[in-house]
Amino acid sequence: MPAPLDFARDERNGYMSELRPDLAIIADHVKRGSRVLDVGCGDGELMDILRAKGCDARGIEIDRDNVSLAVARGLSVVQGDADTDLVNYPDDAYDYAILSQTLQSARVPDKVLADLLRIGQRAFVSFPNFAYWRVRWSLAWGGRMPVTPALPVSWYETQNIHQLTIDDFRAFVAERGVTVENAWFLTGDRRRGAAGANLLAEHALFLLKR
Amino acid sequence: MTDDSRFGLARTVTLPGPLLLDGGARLSPVDIAYETYGTLDAAGSNAILLCHALTGDQHVASTHPITGKPGWWTRMVGPGKPIDPARHFIVCANVLGSCLGSSGPASIDVATGAPYAMRFPVITLRDMVRAQAMLLDHLGVGMLSAVVGGSMGGMQVLQWAATYPERVQSAVVIASAARHSAQNIAFHEVGRQAIMADPKWRGGDYYDDGGPPAAGLAVARMAAHITYLSEAGLTEKFGRRLQARAGNQEGAKSFGFDADFQIESYLRHQGISFVDRFDANSYLYITRAMDYFDLAEEHGGLLANAFKGTRTRFCVASFDTDWLYPTSESRAVVHALNAAGAAVSFVELSSPFGHDAFLLDVPELNRVVDGFLRAGEAA
Repeated sequence: MPAPLDFARDERNGYMSELRPDLAIIADHVKRGSRVLDVGCGDGELMDILRAKGCDARGIEIDRDNVSLAVARGLSVVQGDADTDLVNYPDDAYDYAILSQTLQSARVPDKVLADLLRIGQRAFVSFPNFAYWRVRWSLAWGGRMPVTPALPVSWYETQNIHQLTIDDFRAFVAERGVTVENAWFLTGDRRRGAAGANLLAEHALFLLKR
Repeated sequence: MTDDSRFGLARTVTLPGPLLLDGGARLSPVDIAYETYGTLDAAGSNAILLCHALTGDQHVASTHPITGKPGWWTRMVGPGKPIDPARHFIVCANVLGSCLGSSGPASIDVATGAPYAMRFPVITLRDMVRAQAMLLDHLGVGMLSAVVGGSMGGMQVLQWAATYPERVQSAVVIASAARHSAQNIAFHEVGRQAIMADPKWRGGDYYDDGGPPAAGLAVARMAAHITYLSEAGLTEKFGRRLQARAGNQEGAKSFGFDADFQIESYLRHQGISFVDRFDANSYLYITRAMDYFDLAEEHGGLLANAFKGTRTRFCVASFDTDWLYPTSESRAVVHALNAAGAAVSFVELSSPFGHDAFLLDVPELNRVVDGFLRAGEAA
């Protein structure tokens, strides 16, 4: 069993206890001083950490209150929507584009992914895995749409209109000739290996390169 | 610096010029009325220029000499506010073409000894900004830590960032746009025609006798004032409620054409009180300058070109009930800034007050502006 994520890195102290595991991995793997676009940046907690790492971090966020919080903490965050606003960003403007837990709620996920890799040299993409065994269990034996820690909202309220699995995503990027540079699989806040991830991992995070 | 007569409240300077105007004319001399608050630090790093709206003035945080009311932006500017004289050196100048001491149609033309009236050259927002730059040169301010404004003030901020990018570190653009839309121009034309239709306007030569075209200017203000408010805000404040009047039972219709409805009475009051503090010809010139404003047009039709290579940080804010300069206009600015690779923050704030929200109590706006300015000062 892999060790739980190390939440005590000095660079991020003060935020660590709350930072989502996929964001913690991203924060660790973005190179110091890079240009980063965080799509769906929330109130900017990852951007704050990246800024402390000397990165030029910019964000897009759909929720007004989150945007206000982020701007009030001095971050460059624009109220906008991954589906409609990425088109305005120039090619190659960033070293990394980040899309955390947002792909499954995009209206046109393939377009969003194409924009991410047009704007950024690399992209971090994380999403909940719909083939996780608890999800399968709920659907196969309960006959109900799953409500799990990773998918906490009922079918009628969820923003997740394009549910996908880890294997779906692997096939999706392979079809598009996109290179997977790295991948991390998580259940709760624990990492697990790639073996059997499509069944055993609740979340996945991929680092993609054009 | 405290002894320096260039600094303080109610200042006026006559600069020799000439100011070469977009329309081709040369203006000389150029009077600029302005105020400063706070002290310029030794490094010259704490200067903030505030740009006022159409009928605003330099009295951003001081008592207005005519109305006796507090400054127009005391919610944003003052001790403990996001723009604070304790930290910042604040400059606010009456725009070129206005009537509170800066050169405008009511000024005396030294060549003739008479007011310019309609012989004053037509000006643009870029001309206003160039005049402000001349003032800052006079004050010894090179770099601006920030330029901040709402409405027409926001347009000047955008113009500043496009014209003098090397002088602007941070830009705050509130409830504004990078161009005047057909609807914006249409409302202004209604106002101008109301002034010109007043027989007292007399081609603009009303300064000597006969009095100003107060009725026309009041109607212009009434029409404009509607555009500053939201339908929901008007409904909440006035609804269909009727005026209580002497000799009339409260809430009864007069079956005449007095101001029966409270909204009528309110608008009439807005119109009448405006004419005491504003010059009708200035209203014509400044609305014309706003109508001519189209920042993309100056840059080959592509707004992003106005900000190409900029190092200025931008903060753009709109209000959800503002239909005069709606969020879509702010978004167009943000998209252009994204395309130019500029550091930009943007938020649509929620307020029931329509366009006027930028002058009113919106705590969220203060938090956003404060955070944005402090991040720029820390960098």
